[in-house]
Amino acid sequence: MYIYDDYDQKIVDQRVAQYRDQTRRYLAGELTDEEFRPLRLQNGLYIQRHAPMLRVAIPYGHLRSAQVRKLAELARKYDKGYVHFTTRQNVQYNWPALENVPEMLAELATVQMHGIQTSGACIRNTTSDQFAGVAFDEIVDPRPWCEIIRQWSTFHPEFAHLPRKFKIAVNGAKEDRAAVMVHDVGINVKLNDAGQVGFEIFVGGGLGRTPMIGDLIKPWLEPKHLLTYLNAVLRVYNRYGRRDNKYKARIKILVKAMTPEVFAAKVEQEWAFEKDGPQTLTDAEIARNHRFFTAPAYESLAGDDAEFAAAKAANPAFARWVERNVFAHKVAGYAAVTLSLKKTGVPPGDATDAQLDDVANLADRFSFGEVRVSHGQNLILADVKQADLFALWEEAKRIGFATPNIGLLTDVICCPGGDFCSLANAKSIPVAQAIQERFDNLDYLFDLGDIDVNMSGCINACGHHHVGNIGVLGVDKNNAEYYQITLGGRQGVDAKIGKVIGPSFAQEEMPDVMSKIIEVFVAHREGDERFIDVFDRIGAEPFKAKVYEGKPIRKEKADV
Amino acid sequence: MSKLIINREIVDNRWTRVVANEQGEVSLPSEGAVLVPYQYWLANRDALSNREVAVCFAPTDEPESLPVDANVFPMIACEFPAFTDGRGFSIGRLLRVRYGFKGELRAVGDVFKDTLNYLARCGFNAFEVRADKDINEAIKGIDDFTEFYQSSVDVPSPLYLRRPVAA
Ligand code: HEM
Ligand code: SF4
Repeated sequence: MYIYDDYDQKIVDQRVAQYRDQTRRYLAGELTDEEFRPLRLQNGLYIQRHAPMLRVAIPYGHLRSAQVRKLAELARKYDKGYVHFTTRQNVQYNWPALENVPEMLAELATVQMHGIQTSGACIRNTTSDQFAGVAFDEIVDPRPWCEIIRQWSTFHPEFAHLPRKFKIAVNGAKEDRAAVMVHDVGINVKLNDAGQVGFEIFVGGGLGRTPMIGDLIKPWLEPKHLLTYLNAVLRVYNRYGRRDNKYKARIKILVKAMTPEVFAAKVEQEWAFEKDGPQTLTDAEIARNHRFFTAPAYESLAGDDAEFAAAKAANPAFARWVERNVFAHKVAGYAAVTLSLKKTGVPPGDATDAQLDDVANLADRFSFGEVRVSHGQNLILADVKQADLFALWEEAKRIGFATPNIGLLTDVICCPGGDFCSLANAKSIPVAQAIQERFDNLDYLFDLGDIDVNMSGCINACGHHHVGNIGVLGVDKNNAEYYQITLGGRQGVDAKIGKVIGPSFAQEEMPDVMSKIIEVFVAHREGDERFIDVFDRIGAEPFKAKVYEGKPIRKEKADV
Repeated sequence: MSKLIINREIVDNRWTRVVANEQGEVSLPSEGAVLVPYQYWLANRDALSNREVAVCFAPTDEPESLPVDANVFPMIACEFPAFTDGRGFSIGRLLRVRYGFKGELRAVGDVFKDTLNYLARCGFNAFEVRADKDINEAIKGIDDFTEFYQSSVDVPSPLYLRRPVAA
């Protein structure tokens, strides 16, 4: 894990001082609302439905137990005793007082945390695979590259006020768990035949109002050129990205307007001036960043642990949890565990201060003191000995984090929606909960297998509904909350935007709608086929026929 | 005379800035140093040749189109119509790094304390702070940060070339 030195600490401390002064000037009337807004946003502070909301950065989703305890402490001291984990591997406080935020940031800085660039029109916190460094299917560990990008993007002076927010994701495994195809810049770290590391660069992916899959503009970039190339991409965007219309300001619109080929050529042209310039990475710097992400002190263990196997055989509930929530590790005798924040009845992604303290203890006891946040809004203990899994499971059950539903229908990705977010057209949390309640039978859920359900309370797509196998989007119809369904979306290497199936539904209809979709799936399923494979095979029609059966056909403008 | 910050000092502004009116016309004062829109200068180079003249880049102007060495100007300004319009950061950087401009590089428009540090790092050494803001307070913003990760105009070597690395 990356550890600050005096330089990193000084930068964060100076930020705290700067923001303290900005808040003071705002409260003294020296900064207008309009002036303060972009400044506070770049510190993660939104003004929301009930109160301000503070988003805290968790670079590529990594936390040490001391940081988790600090998050818990702040939730107790300055908030209502809980936090919300987001799809961008960050964490949000829903109820801080604006006056307290400088102090919260000062406390965060003591554990090397901050709210830098978690919002606003700048390069946002870089995200990655929650299993980076441990995944059995990993080709190259993406974390040193994430850290190099983090440093380069932090307070990058030229790109401090971009046309719009800018998100970078890095993946280094065969599977893409970082959703690189729906980021402004998506990076796959690769190995060539000679065993050398290089990057594949996608640009112009993104969700929101105009969802798009990114285009490959650079199939192979040598590592030392990573930052000069990113500089070139960002400069083209900063200069030519649209600023006249907030909805057309993302890089994806520029790439589409120019065509990916022309955009790529423009970047090459710009890069020609940057290449081999001062920002070229040195071997020493690459090596320095790699030293932070070395393997912890693993014991050398024989393959599969015998006691673990016996516990699975003896305890079906444990076996079920292992099947869903335990992920194969690249080191023999170890496993990565997902703690589910998707227990029925709890808003997806929420955790209380007490739970956070418990998780910190579990991390210390079982996983080298490290916790990770996943893009699916769950927490990960990445390095657990197989022999400890049973003990961990029992503890996780006690905390309420052992729901064996990772990847299942109830592992809903869900934005805060109308309960918290002032941009929302509809609530999403109660709909997620109603669906969780409807599918509460674990055996049934289990049989259904992998299904991504993603929900957003508005067109901004914070819940990634476009890339859910089943996507739910809250829309506003004559001041009433309605929900539009998309099917067939997916993230990953074959990322695809889902298609709207037709008119939207009222909140109380949603569990039935979901049941009907599942019925169609089950009726057409062959063997253990996944939902998405059935969908690809039979198309949307059978689903439409079932969910709109007996409904008067209304014409409605799709909102996507 | 209005004040501005040049090279970390608060000094008098000796340049008269002229901007186009609603009809797109520019009218110059009869004498003195003038800061004119870059497009106006492009169109009226000859007529301006006997004046002490500086040009002001709008966010849409391209330094790439400069027909002369940037250093023929004693001063170049970039306009920030809103401080959140970051195009001028790139323009400033290009003028300094790609076109080798050595003279006074001035930020004008929505300029106040909270962007001076970024501006300085993009190569600006002069700041026409908004008239309704306290310039004495604003000047402190230059030093909001004293350590930086990435390469910039003022400190070209990124932190990783300056940071002593523990063995
Ligand atoms: C309540 C506070 C929130 C506000 C005000 C907010 C605001 C927004 C806005 C305005 C957009 C639109 C961006 C665009 O047009 O491209 C957006 C997109 C997004 N937000 Fe949020 N959001 C909030 C919470 C969250 C949460 C809790 C998550 C994660 C669960 C999240 C993750 C995302 C993601 C992943 C996008 C994606 C879109 C993309 O890449 O295009 N946001 N958000
Ligand atoms: S999708 Fe809309 S409602 Fe949900 S958090 Fe994002 S902005 Fe708010």
